[in-house]
Amino acid sequence: MSTLVALARALAFVQGVAQPITMVRHIHCAERPMVFIPLALAGEANAPLAAMVGDDPDRPRLLVVPQPRNRDLRFAFAAELASILVPHFERFQTVTEVAAPDRTGQARWRSTDAPQVVVANPAAAGFVRLFGRSTRFRRADGPYAVDARVPVLGQWLTFFAERAEYPGSSLLVTLTDALAMHWATGQSALEDTHLPALLAWIEPPEGRDGATAAMLAEDPGIWPPAGPATDPDFDNRVLAPAIEAYAAATTPDAGTLAECQASGALRDAVASQLEPTWRLMWRAIALLRALPPGVRVADRWAADRDAYTEFAARLEGSGLPQPRRDGAVAAARRLHRLERALAAFTVQRAYDDPLIMAEYRLTGEAFVATVLEADRLRIDTSGRRRTLRPRVTVTTTDPAKPEVGSTWISPARPAQRARAVEVVVARGAETTVVLELSGGMGRALTPLPGSVPDAGERLCYTSLADQYVPPGDFPAPEETPWTHGGPPAPASLDAVEGQAAVASRRGDDLPRDDLPRDDLPRDDPAGEEWS
Amino acid sequence: MTGTASPAEAADRVVGAVLSGLQHGSDQGIVVDSPPGAGKSTLVVRVAGELAAAGEPAILIAQTNEQVDDLINRLAATGAHRQIGRLSAVDYVPSPRVAQHQVVTVGTRVRDLDGSTVIVGTAAKWATVPEGTWPWAIVDEGYQMRSDALLRVANRFQRALFVGDPGQLDPFSTVESERWVGLTWDPMQSAMAVVLRHNPGLPLHRLPVSWRLPASAVPAVARAFYPFTGFRSGTGSTARRIALEAQRSAARSAHDMARSALDNVARSALDDAVELAASRGWALYELPARHTVRTDPEAIAACAALATRLLDRRAVAYSESAPSGRPVSPDRIAIGVAHRDQAAAIRALLPPSAAAVTVDTANRLQGREYDVTIVLHPLSGRRDATAFHLETGRLCVLASRHRHACIVVARAGIQELLDAHPGNTAVHLNVPVTFPDGWEANHAMLAHLERYRVIAG
Amino acid sequence: MQSASRIRGSARPCAQNARTIAALTSNPGCDRRAVLDTAGVDKQRLADHIGYPARFGQSQFAIVRGNAFEAQLKADQCAALLRLLIEQKIVPPGQHARHVDCSAVGQTESQDDRLARTAGLLGEVFKGGDSWGVPGQRPALLLDHPLLAMTIAGRTVYLEPDLILIGPDARVHVVEVKSFAVIDGQAAPSKVAAAAIQAAVYVMATCAAVTEAGFDAGAVADEIVLVCPRDFANQPTATLIDVRKQLAVLRRQFARMARIEMLLAALPDDLTFDLSIDESGVARRPPVEVVAALECVPARYIPECLAVCELAGFCRSRSRARGQTAVLGRDVCERLGGIEEVETVLGLASGTLSPSPDQTETAAVLRLAEQLRSQSLVLAGDPTAASSGLGLSALGLSA
Ligand code: SF4
Repeated sequence: MSTLVALARALAFVQGVAQPITMVRHIHCAERPMVFIPLALAGEANAPLAAMVGDDPDRPRLLVVPQPRNRDLRFAFAAELASILVPHFERFQTVTEVAAPDRTGQARWRSTDAPQVVVANPAAAGFVRLFGRSTRFRRADGPYAVDARVPVLGQWLTFFAERAEYPGSSLLVTLTDALAMHWATGQSALEDTHLPALLAWIEPPEGRDGATAAMLAEDPGIWPPAGPATDPDFDNRVLAPAIEAYAAATTPDAGTLAECQASGALRDAVASQLEPTWRLMWRAIALLRALPPGVRVADRWAADRDAYTEFAARLEGSGLPQPRRDGAVAAARRLHRLERALAAFTVQRAYDDPLIMAEYRLTGEAFVATVLEADRLRIDTSGRRRTLRPRVTVTTTDPAKPEVGSTWISPARPAQRARAVEVVVARGAETTVVLELSGGMGRALTPLPGSVPDAGERLCYTSLADQYVPPGDFPAPEETPWTHGGPPAPASLDAVEGQAAVASRRGDDLPRDDLPRDDLPRDDPAGEEWS
Repeated sequence: MTGTASPAEAADRVVGAVLSGLQHGSDQGIVVDSPPGAGKSTLVVRVAGELAAAGEPAILIAQTNEQVDDLINRLAATGAHRQIGRLSAVDYVPSPRVAQHQVVTVGTRVRDLDGSTVIVGTAAKWATVPEGTWPWAIVDEGYQMRSDALLRVANRFQRALFVGDPGQLDPFSTVESERWVGLTWDPMQSAMAVVLRHNPGLPLHRLPVSWRLPASAVPAVARAFYPFTGFRSGTGSTARRIALEAQRSAARSAHDMARSALDNVARSALDDAVELAASRGWALYELPARHTVRTDPEAIAACAALATRLLDRRAVAYSESAPSGRPVSPDRIAIGVAHRDQAAAIRALLPPSAAAVTVDTANRLQGREYDVTIVLHPLSGRRDATAFHLETGRLCVLASRHRHACIVVARAGIQELLDAHPGNTAVHLNVPVTFPDGWEANHAMLAHLERYRVIAG
Repeated sequence: MQSASRIRGSARPCAQNARTIAALTSNPGCDRRAVLDTAGVDKQRLADHIGYPARFGQSQFAIVRGNAFEAQLKADQCAALLRLLIEQKIVPPGQHARHVDCSAVGQTESQDDRLARTAGLLGEVFKGGDSWGVPGQRPALLLDHPLLAMTIAGRTVYLEPDLILIGPDARVHVVEVKSFAVIDGQAAPSKVAAAAIQAAVYVMATCAAVTEAGFDAGAVADEIVLVCPRDFANQPTATLIDVRKQLAVLRRQFARMARIEMLLAALPDDLTFDLSIDESGVARRPPVEVVAALECVPARYIPECLAVCELAGFCRSRSRARGQTAVLGRDVCERLGGIEEVETVLGLASGTLSPSPDQTETAAVLRLAEQLRSQSLVLAGDPTAASSGLGLSALGLSA
């Protein structure tokens, strides 16, 4: 929470409508996002009750578990969901492009596009994760056999849920988070996780202010909650009787009229809870689409596509499900990657967006300055070689007080470093800085045209650097040191040997800890009963 | 009977046990917990010397370049090493305290440091060393090191001595993830925690004596931050004292007059606080209750004014190491805060004569030592306590840097703030509870400080 | 407790339970809540009456499942539970158990009788009486819904833990049964926190009961056993939770309860939250009067109230109407320098309000933030500004 965002919230409060906090969009919006609204049965551990799903706003698919405590019906639901989602997830693999080679110089390909799943709120994203967890270890054979696509769906959902932890990733979009990243409401962040209320602030209906509209939107009688939890009142008054009626109508010889009617009534009841959210979600997607994308959104989407390509290949390869929890090495590796992704995202957002950069200007980590004079052709002769080191004198009224020797970068010329060699802090609000430039000017002793700022130019300098930091090295899982419990049991290593070999061959920092390593995933949970 | 042993004997006994474990034990690791100023570095240097003497080359893993250079300086001073290797990044420029020692070789690769009896580097640098295994490693500041950092270097050693102060700040990550909670190898915990969770049987020693903290400080710091283990002071209640050589009235120096920003700070209260701290080791300089921005101008001014006042009053510190007194010069004073912007604001207010006073955040003050510290209480002027401000280690670091006295600057109302603080909002399964709790430690510390209160005019 | 009953009015006191006591720690700075709870006012009803119904309804699916889970644990002399306790090494392997039902006998048993029954049992056990068996052959006792009492702020509060385990060594553990799932060793942290603080209340009450019976409260463990369904199945799993921190928080908050006496004393003499409920159960008192009464007691609304307090809807709307920054969340307040009114924030930011001496610092930051914000917004929307180099192009967006 920056001061600028806090101020925007205060503004929104007074004006009765949400305020923009970015100038551009920082997430990728797919052409055909797969919208997914799960509902869960109260009191159960992530037991599906129903879902609305689809990539066409006009053609939602409704899935219902008519008796949520019945294991077979739950898996029928999972199979039906898989029949919709899995083909959609696989569809994007066919068209590929050449990507930059990896660290070992091996050629790489990536899909030109990737699937995007959109859910309403963090709880729905949590549902995706847990549903992935509860299905990916199932087996298509043996005592608790399920449809072969169910464990595949489980792995896909797990992939989406894990990828969503990456700052800046857009494979799984949580709408309340995405909207709150671009608009500040006049309520708290806690209340922003309620999609109808959040949208009420962003687009209050004619003649109402955001606060009133949001309050009405919170009333489950007016707007059903966006799930996965249902309104307890709906459960007690509508759902429970409908489920009972269905149970009563079900007879050994299926398909009677009474059963059809009962199941129709149940579907209608559930649909009434889902449809308003369906419409809201597409509205939210339209709002996000309307924002111009930030320049570096495409780079991050390319990383998402890499991850997608990688995972799809893995699924076709060994197809082993992701372990229940990360082993010692996998955990450390993943944390490392998440930290790098966050650092990159933080910088990229600021580079892409003057309003985000303003937050750094406020704290002195960036400043916007005017070039007073530029010595474009200055040559440094102090070293062994003559080097081009132009100097520009800039002046700013921002609060930043650069220290002599500090390095600054202008997002307009990201390859160029500017070192402060002289700083004059005037009595007034003005600071004058002499910056010595290096890099980004071509190889000759005269700079390429436009590579050195001209007098009169206004530009932004920041200490945030969008720099590639090479990934760190970690031991192989089988070399887990004694300080961290030693290598995992040999059996589990066997199970994943192939994967580990693939990973070490590749040697880059793509999502290789999504590979199962320290867990024998297949046996025990497959027998886990689910009711 | 530790009760009757002198502090030196008690401390020697522990060090002896550590050394004998090193020579005769068969444990893969030895863990030494050290309260503030209990001779942790001395132990590290001593162990490195013993290992060198026994012909067992060791590697020393510290957390920051600053710490590495400090250790090298001390290792070199012992004369116990044929060659000391300093494993460094490419852009490392040897600091004067390293460069002065002939015995130190600086290299970016282990291969450049062949023949060293000890090789010292940061954990980050060690993580880039792909091979080689040494019989021993000494891991310094194991509570500041993150578990994943240890994972990356642990294959470089067979056995290790881990030392650290459990009262220091926990390592942190910019990433917020609950993904690994409850795992014994959770990469977000400290290196010490991960070692102990996987190897609960390792011998655990505790250095029993703080040589830094004065007798006036030990009971309060021990009770608030080391409630179960405790420790004692190496010096008696009369061993450390501060004399103020300038009179209250006499202390209007030229630069003092010039500081308009500080003029509205009531001078007599400042003097009261300085005198109280000089005579009793503690003072709580209390400003009226008010919610403020982080850089509370009054509190900032008070910190700067107290430091200046201390200099103006020409404080002289008498201790076992300086029986005839040593002036409390600016470099012997630190002002500790929670946030960087607070430090910057205080620095901007210090007059040139006090420019050498250290002003820094708790994170940066870890492991450092001063005669007098002035602490801006992390909760001063706040509306709400956050996990950051309640963190036990933050207050512990701030309250345990001094050899003579500590003056805490705070707005009234912290007690109420703590009382109104919503209780634990999240509890995770299978995560060992750490003690003390920040909330309780803060209460304990406040209760202690109450008795040294000076109300600012 | 004269004032308390006057404040509550004619209605029967709303019984305090571990949950309401634990709630004391969720917003301990709020006087309104403290007064209403101490007086035993039915906040749910109150909130309904003034038009801000609290949405803490429970789905029957959740209730059914919770009951089924508990029944499953207790079936067969608590066989399933005993297995878990052995697994957790709280009772030795091979130990047998006795399930002691302490719930009310019929409709008529009074609370005092139940209380005495539980106390008698504890006394018996700690005396090592023969009814428990000879040493070495004693069963672990599982007291099912025993009744305990504790005095909080001068009032007796009855508490009914799910289960209390007394091991053969006379060690006492509170057992808390919850129906949220523990998946791969983890559960929703907020739910675990709520369970832990509730269980800590039971630990305190159990300590009180043991002390009352003349024995050492040290026999009561300061870790509790949380029993939940495991993963996606109905199989139970037990986890030990160290509640020392929760106990410390509760102790401190109880010690502060004395302040409520002072609060009550300071309230107007005729203040009451009586809803004037008539024989048919309809509340007759005009809601405006009730609202006025509520306004007499200061509140400390924070958005976190929404999850824990029945009055949150009302307090939020009041806080909003007053334009308090508190409704925006604690982190926002902090960023706004602790200024309490939104109007003041915006006035200082726009420069239309001149700051008081203690606001100068905040005002400067806000003013600058405002300038940077509008500068960026205006310039981006203004093509002439963009061509001058600032705004999007200055940041490389035109690239
Ligand atoms: S909702 Fe109102 S009464 Fe309840 S705790 Fe919050 S402020 Fe207090």
